[in-house]
Amino acid sequence: MKFGILQFPGSNCDQDAYHVLANVFDQPTRYVWHKDSTLGDVDCVVVPGGFSYGDYLRTGAIARFSPAMKAVAAHAQAGGLVIGICNGFQILCEAQLLPGALIRNKGLKFICEHVDLRVETVDSPFTNRCQKGQVLRIPIAHGEGCYFAEPALIKQLQDEDRILVRYVNNPNGSVDNIAGICNEGRNVFGLMPHPERASEAALGSEDGRLIFESILQSVVAA
Amino acid sequence: MKAKIIVMPKKTVLDPQGKTVQHALESLGFKGIQEVRIGKFIEVELKAGNQAALKKKLDEACTKLLSNPVIEDYEIALQ
Repeated sequence: MKFGILQFPGSNCDQDAYHVLANVFDQPTRYVWHKDSTLGDVDCVVVPGGFSYGDYLRTGAIARFSPAMKAVAAHAQAGGLVIGICNGFQILCEAQLLPGALIRNKGLKFICEHVDLRVETVDSPFTNRCQKGQVLRIPIAHGEGCYFAEPALIKQLQDEDRILVRYVNNPNGSVDNIAGICNEGRNVFGLMPHPERASEAALGSEDGRLIFESILQSVVAA
Repeated sequence: MKAKIIVMPKKTVLDPQGKTVQHALESLGFKGIQEVRIGKFIEVELKAGNQAALKKKLDEACTKLLSNPVIEDYEIALQ
């Protein structure tokens, strides 16, 4: 499966994602510079974590207007897979590829720690290798990870089974303990935790592998 | 010509920064504070022109970039 990892000025988890996909999973992986208006031959786009454009104005607000993001929107529209991790999730929300927004953590602090995530549905290309209710131990590292949406949208996400992962112990004030959601087509996924930092035993947890294995599985199935 | 734009978190959105500042003011002895909310102030220098047309452009700038309508409201004052 071919992966493309976006790179913005200020991305800092791009190489972690590259390492996991290219070296741990042995998949053809390439970087896509933010000024590129095409993605090339890519099955799954990774919008990585970091501080694109210094988080100026709002997290992800500037990155969403880059040429590469237009290509990502077209890729998503055509049913291609997109996973946004941390700042990538924020960018996908700003780009309106996912609903809602991510705001300052309730406790105002930047939080960097392993958290427990509960898989709420396995009906997605990103969680199909998990089990419903399974708890994954994956690190978070963010100051603005508090998911916000109006009650009507939250209800819609619940009704449509689009909340893929929730925090077991809410670290940041996210509405409904939401850690990650998908779009209506279920091919775009955004989450604040970092599965690419939990894909090797040496890093303390391999639970993040399940997310990437799900993506690989989904292509085999398709 | 100058546009002064105020972007504020919506009433329904948590503003932990405002809450913290409110508590700090109270601990300094400022009494009677009901709420503190913190937003952004943006100044844009513009070539003078038709006010209505400028306002329309600025509205577009605010909805597209300067504010996020999911979490923020904005006000524009042209001077």
